[in-house]
Order: sequence, then C-alpha cells, then structure tokens
Amino acid sequence: MAQMNMVQAINSALDVMLGRDPRVVVFGEDVGYFGGVFRCTDGLQRKYGEHRVLDTPIAEGGIIAAAIGMGVNGLRPVAEIQFADYIYPAFDQIVSELARLRYRTAGDLCAPVTIRTPCGGGIRGGQTHSQSPEGVFTHVCGLKVVMPSNPHDAKGLLISSIESEDPVLFFEPKRIYNGPFDGDPHKPAVPWSSHPKGEVPDGHYAIPLGKADIVRPGAAATLLTYGTMVHVAEAAVRLCGVDAEIIDLRTLVPLDVDMLCTSVCKTGRCVIVHEATRFSGFGAELSATVQEECFWHLEAPIARVTGWDTPYPHAFEWDYFPGPARIAAALRAVMESAA
Amino acid sequence: MTQSRLHVPHPPARPGETPDFSYLKIPPAGSVGRPDTLAPALQIEALGTGMVRVLDEQGHAVGPWNPHLEAEELQIALRHMLLTRRFDERMQRMQRQGRISFYMKSTGEEAVAVAQAMALRPGDMFFPSYRTQGLFVVRGRSLVDLMCQCLSNTHDMCRGRQMPIMYHWAEGNIFSISGNLATQFPQAVGWAMAAAIKGEDHLAASWIGEGASAEADFHHALTFAAVYQAPVILNVVNNQWAISTFQGFAGGEQRTFAQRGPGYGIPGVRVDGNDFLAVYAVTRWAAERARSGGGPTLIEHVTYRAAAHSTSDDPSRYRPKEEWQSWPLGDPVVRLKAHLIALGEWSEERHAALEQELEAHVTACWKEAVAYGTLTEGPTLDPLSMFEDVFHEMPAHLKRQREELRRLLHGPDAAGPRSDGAEG
Repeated sequence: MAQMNMVQAINSALDVMLGRDPRVVVFGEDVGYFGGVFRCTDGLQRKYGEHRVLDTPIAEGGIIAAAIGMGVNGLRPVAEIQFADYIYPAFDQIVSELARLRYRTAGDLCAPVTIRTPCGGGIRGGQTHSQSPEGVFTHVCGLKVVMPSNPHDAKGLLISSIESEDPVLFFEPKRIYNGPFDGDPHKPAVPWSSHPKGEVPDGHYAIPLGKADIVRPGAAATLLTYGTMVHVAEAAVRLCGVDAEIIDLRTLVPLDVDMLCTSVCKTGRCVIVHEATRFSGFGAELSATVQEECFWHLEAPIARVTGWDTPYPHAFEWDYFPGPARIAAALRAVMESAA
Repeated sequence: MTQSRLHVPHPPARPGETPDFSYLKIPPAGSVGRPDTLAPALQIEALGTGMVRVLDEQGHAVGPWNPHLEAEELQIALRHMLLTRRFDERMQRMQRQGRISFYMKSTGEEAVAVAQAMALRPGDMFFPSYRTQGLFVVRGRSLVDLMCQCLSNTHDMCRGRQMPIMYHWAEGNIFSISGNLATQFPQAVGWAMAAAIKGEDHLAASWIGEGASAEADFHHALTFAAVYQAPVILNVVNNQWAISTFQGFAGGEQRTFAQRGPGYGIPGVRVDGNDFLAVYAVTRWAAERARSGGGPTLIEHVTYRAAAHSTSDDPSRYRPKEEWQSWPLGDPVVRLKAHLIALGEWSEERHAALEQELEAHVTACWKEAVAYGTLTEGPTLDPLSMFEDVFHEMPAHLKRQREELRRLLHGPDAAGPRSDGAEG
C-alpha cells in the first residue's frame, strides 16, 4: 500500500498495465517525453520506450482513429484526450466507429480502446476546460463510461477499463486529481494523503466495471452521484444532517441498477447530483430508471441538482457549480415532501 | 477597383452539354520516370502532377513502370475485373427487382481494387471504401458471402445489421466499410503504426474517393502517416464525381489530389487508374518503399465513376449521359483485354467464353445466396440477435430489452409468428 493522489494512481495503473501486457500502448498530446499536462504519464516513456508511450499531433480525431487501427491490429491502446472539452473532433470516430465496430461486423472486428480524459470544473477553466460531457457518451450504444471519485477506485477501474474487451471512456474529474474537494473553494486544499481512499496498492488489482459503491450508508434518502460530486455530496450531508445513503456510481454504463434501486426502495427518497448540465443529462436517465423501478416505494418526487443549463461560465464558477448548499437544500426538500 | 469574390466551381459539362475532359493533362504512356523507391518525397514531387501510365494506345506495355507480369497473371487480373463487373451488374438488377435495398457499382474503376489487391501481400490490411469490392474478389471471398450480406439473410456476415455493400472480412484482412466517409483513412495509419510497433512486415492500405478527401480524417491520416512514417498506402480514387459534385468541389481545380502528399512530406503519385499495369506498378513501388522503412505513399488514381453513385442516384440529372463514353482513359477491362490480345495471350473467343463462364458463376452464386433467405422471404434472421455484439458480454439493460422484444414476438400477446429463425 502506498499513499497516492489520483494522478499517481492513474500513473500506477498505466505502469502496471504497460508492464504486464506488451500490447498496451499509451499515447496522446504531451503524454510522452513531458508526461502529460496533468502528469498522469510522467516517467512512463522513459521506462517503456517511445514505441509504447508516444506523443501525438494535436488532432483528437486522428488520435482516436489511430487507436482504432491499433486496436484492430492487436494492441490495447490507451489514448489520452487532454481535456474532455477537446474530445469533439473525435466524436465521429468514437460514435460511428469505435463504439459500433463490434456490432457492425457481428463480432468479427473490435478495438479495445480506453480513452482517458480529464473532465469537470472548479479549476477556473472556463467553458473549454471545465465540461462534463459524460452524458453525451452514455447515450451511445457500445461504449462503457466510467468516472472514478478517488485514487483507489481510479487505479482499479482504469485497469479494468484497459482489460475490457469493449471501448471505455474513462473520465477523470480533474478538480480532485490532487485531493478530495468538498465544494468550498475558500477552504484550504486537502490532500489525498489524509483520505482513506488515498491508500492505493502498488500492484495489479481490478475494480469491476458496472459496480457502484456505497460511500456512506444511510436510511433517510438515497443520493446518487459520481466523480467530484461524491465529496461535495458528503459535505452536503454533513451540512444538513439528513441521513442520506450516498452511492458513487463509478460506472455510468453499464449502470448498477440493482444497487441504486435497492437503496431507493429502502429509503423512499432520491436526490441525483452531477456537475454536468441538467437537460437530457445523465441524471435524467437515473431519474427515469428510479421512477420505473422504485415508483411504489417513493415518498417524494425525485430531485436533481446539476450544473445550470448554460455553457460553463468563467467568472461565475461558484454560482454555477452545484455546491453543498444546493445539495443540502434538495435533501431537505425531499425529506419535507409528503407523498 | 479590386473586389473579393466567391468562386463556385462548375463542372465542364452539365446534362445536354458536350462532355469536356480538357482539364485533364494526360501524358503519353511510358513518359513518367520511375524513381528509386527510397527517393526523398520532395525530390519526386513531379510524380504528383504527371500521370504514371504503362499501357499505350495500341495496348502495349511501355516505359520504366512496366511491371513485366506473366501473361497468366494478367489473365487472372482480367478474370477478377470481369467477375467484379458481372457481380455488380447482377446486384444492380436484383436491386431493381426489389430483392435487395441498395447497391453501389464499381463499373469503370475495377482496375484500382483488383490491381492493388494483387500487388500487395495477404498479410497486408485493407481499409476499404465504397467501390472496392474488387479487393474481396481478389482475396477470394466467395460471391455468395457478399450477396448474403446484401440480402441481410441468415448467412449475412453482418447478421442483418448493415445495409448492402458494407462488407468486412477479418480473416481476409479487410476492415469494415463505413458509411461515414474517410474514417478508415486514419484508422489504416493506426493499424500500420501498430505493425511497425510490433516489428512486423505488414503494411496497411486504404481507399477514399476524391470527394471524401475533403474530410478532416484525410488530414489526420496524412499528418499521422508523415509524423510516424507509417507503412501505409493511402489511395485517393479520383473518379471525378462525388454523387453530384465534380472533383472541383474537393479542391481538384487548384492542385491534383496526389500533390497534397508532398505538402505533408509524403510522396504523391498520380496514376492512370484505368491502366491495370500502372496501378499495379505504382502500388508495388509504394509497398517496397513502406516495407523498407520509407514510410507512406499517397496515390491518386485518375478514373471515372461510370455508374451512378448508388441505386438511389440518377446521374442524368447532373452530368452528360454520354460522359463515360468520352472519358479519355477508357475502360480498364477493355484496355487490359486489348493488351493481352496484343501479347497474343488472349482472343475474342476466349473472352466471350470467360464472360459466359463468369455469368453462369454469378447466377449459381445468386441461387445459392437467396436459398439462405432475403429481406422479405424466409429463412430470416432472429430479431432477438440484434442485442448481441453491442458489447462483448451483454449487460443487464440489453438482456431486459431483449426479453421485452421476445415477449412481443413470442409471448401470449404476440401478433403471430414472425420469425422462423433460430433462437438467439
């Protein structure tokens, strides 16, 4: 066991997989010699050589297309898109090609590509360095979509993603790379070293895709969330005192419907929290699923707390970000609602 | 007074006008030099403006690019090209009869796919586009299999998931055709990079039309190919027409498509795409270059789309009907046939006999293919199979949806028997 932040945990997962499997190649903009703008690939090119860890041209569409070709030729590519906000030039290659190759060839061809990409706001990144586009991709058939909330999960989930036979979009909430963030930007930063999930085994371990995690057991309400918002939700629960069960989805596709519905059926109340915008966001899918599966157990309408339906505004970041106060208000509201 | 202006390209002739190909500068066969296969890209830029041609007007093979193929190999090539044409014609007819939903003929362009597939090795990976069915013919995929794909029947390689002509063949090293044009171009480069990473001798080849060269994927492919010097052959099949827009709408008025190569530091070779020998020779040159570490080559095949874009298209609405007859580079099948006759290795009688044999073969293949079902007549595929292969293992939500459909199809409230296919 070692203390790692999320960057180190991701680096460790890549290191483990590059060492174990000669088919694994890691590439993207600035990932080679420099080690990545967030340092996630630091030292890997030195260790594994420039045929395994490569810099690429600034061409996200080209990066994913090349990854598909490599995957078809027997490699296990791990491509980095430097910011999730930059992923759109690769949209056609991801949606029309990567996600559907197995299907359209009836299983004859596939490309087990993992796409890592930092997402989310809270870093003064404005609208081109803060987006949470996971819902754009959960709508695509054939992609697995993952978003960890801590170093321990990040490593285990990334290893599972690389080992997956399916393409995986692995979103890394960049605000919590260096420490958990409870949604209050005025507090001093907290490092992962003081958090139990900052304890990360050195070697290989896998956390299966499609399994959510109960971060905080509770009886009064269920709070469904993922990524950075797991920590913000914990702060909100401390703030309002509602005994909420916080579930960290970890994998959005495939979704652990059983765990989240078991919880909602138990508590009868549900608050859904994500940083991404609300309209047609992943929360809408969660809300519909809970309604379909748990309707007769619900004591209150399902609540959603999300980013506003605007582009990510640079100067109003903390008015935009769904902080603990908004989540606490939603928890109080579902507790007060009578069915 | 000066003023900016918007130039909207116009093809030289529209319906009712006289076809005009004077924009094409066609050098005599044998006049373009053949540089060393490892010549630096920028020293051989002239290959992008000229046109490599081997077969002259009399059907003789001339000049430094003559690949000196055995007569037997030329006869095989003629057979492949003719078979491709007969196959296309049959499938077009079957579409008109309503047996298949859609088709795309490669008429007039058969030399490109056939010559290139013959010039490359079985281990080389192809990333095909529309109108490259000749690749499958040369590599030996049975016509029955291709027909079954077009029929979406019980033997369909795509299990009913793709419209006609979207073939693939993993064992034959041919990637899946995509309706999103040009996506395969940079994928081929990635495949080639992987071959180099693994230290293998295989190369990748990909094809797009000149129209699709306007896609960003073209730029991605050439950039990545140049940066990593990937062992890949990137082919632009310039058949003059992208549905209704002529090659000027992809930028062909300003420079040739081959000339784009040197802009990236990649050799660009322009070849007479209706000259089997020239296409073969240029492909061999590019393959030798790639296999010796010389990296990628961009080849522009100058040809003409003799058929409609697809069965859904009517070219008489946008180009002169007789344009194909005026095409200065002729018909690739006729030209190879004339060459074999000039060599004394072929005759009209043998040609007629071959035509007859291939026609009978296509008929037999079609009979076998329809026995496996059509879109409208049984046996049909099991609709429940549509949930397979979305993921490696079917996740719970898809299992649930499959059950929902199963109840609709087979449950007590089902409308009636719809499928006699196997259980999925």
